[in-house]
Amino acid sequence: MEAFLADAAQFLPVLLRGLGMTLLLTSGALIVSILLGLIWVLMGYSRFALLRWISRAIINVIRGIPIIVQLFCIYFVLPEWGIDLPPFAAGVLGLGLAYSVYQAENFRGGLSSVDKDLVEAGTALGMRWSVLMRRVVLPLGIPAALPSLGNTTIMLLKDSSIASTITIAELTRAGQLLAISTFKNGTVYLLIALLYLAASLPMAAGVRWLERRFARR
Amino acid sequence: MIEVRNLQKSFGRRAVLQDVSFDVAAGEVACLIGPSGSGKSTILRCINGLESHDGGSITVDGVPVTPQSLPTIRASVGMVFQRFNLFPHRTVLQNLIEGPVHVLNQPVADASGRAMALLAKVGMTDHSGAYPRQLSGGQQQRVGIARALAMEPRAILLDEPTSALDPERVGEVLKVMRDLAEGGMTMIIVTHEIAFAREVADKIFFVDGGVIAEQGPAADLLSNPRAERTRLFLSRVRHPL
Repeated sequence: MEAFLADAAQFLPVLLRGLGMTLLLTSGALIVSILLGLIWVLMGYSRFALLRWISRAIINVIRGIPIIVQLFCIYFVLPEWGIDLPPFAAGVLGLGLAYSVYQAENFRGGLSSVDKDLVEAGTALGMRWSVLMRRVVLPLGIPAALPSLGNTTIMLLKDSSIASTITIAELTRAGQLLAISTFKNGTVYLLIALLYLAASLPMAAGVRWLERRFARR
Repeated sequence: MIEVRNLQKSFGRRAVLQDVSFDVAAGEVACLIGPSGSGKSTILRCINGLESHDGGSITVDGVPVTPQSLPTIRASVGMVFQRFNLFPHRTVLQNLIEGPVHVLNQPVADASGRAMALLAKVGMTDHSGAYPRQLSGGQQQRVGIARALAMEPRAILLDEPTSALDPERVGEVLKVMRDLAEGGMTMIIVTHEIAFAREVADKIFFVDGGVIAEQGPAADLLSNPRAERTRLFLSRVRHPL
């Protein structure tokens, strides 16, 4: 135990820096995924069949490709076409893109829970599509999507470890390097697991809080 | 003011409206009565384009109802729903100014002033800051009527406005509608309140099986129905047992 604590004290600064990078990466990817997810879902609600079709196609294609392959495509293949992104940008973009389809499905669930009668009330008042979305559908549908959005965020936090494969020094990669150089696999991976838990448990509490808050409405 | 000519509408293969024609002049109150599923609500929904129609024509103030004219039509024809359909995330006052501010682009202060005057008219001034879920059905429907009026429409369509209310709440909503009728508002009302229709309506259209089976002045049609099915319907409504 004493040896573990001594090692932990030695490893923690490095791992905490890794955790910082993980949180930064997760936040960036979360923002990208929400923005893209909103775009996909609004396209899905468009009155133009082509836009609805494109939205469906994007969601099905991205959902069907492993995240690690998407990251490799962005980090290793795009440079061949002259688009050379630094690792962090590639990670944010790749994870954001991969998760945007789950966010789109979350939003779709929320938006489809909006009472059709309210859409009719807005329509009867003469609201255009954009006004209807902005004033009625989104303000009611997004709160309904928040609990599942929270779940997706926790999954994103854990899946951000995949970015370790494109040289981003986030928590998993920082730990891997430590484990390789010290051979203390047990200590290092236990610490990594605890740090992921420490980050995700408050999020889980946040999701529960959102669910309760939403159930009250 | 509202002219309906040979209106036809089908849902899939089921013809809901076969051949409906009628006129409602400015300032008139017309009631649509008839059995459930006869197409009364569909007629209202075609007038402001919530449903498209398959045949015939509808004009409002001489403007034909087409996909292109819907913004114009909806600005001049208000709608009141059976289940109120108030925006649950907005207060009573916000519900009223939603259309004026975000459709007609009126300044919030102007719209709010007018909205408060309307709330006074329907007796809801004290509840301007309440959310719909805090109100009774009758109160919500009075707000629903005020919301339609806030657009300053030339006519309003009311789709069974008292059908979802507790019996003791019906009177307060009918009173608001009576006041509107006396104020000269053009109204088309789908209703099962035969006594109310007799008192307030200028004309009554009896709808059955997707056609207007009989129409005429309120007192006349209700006292001396000519068509057999009108007679049958009225006797069932008056003597449910």
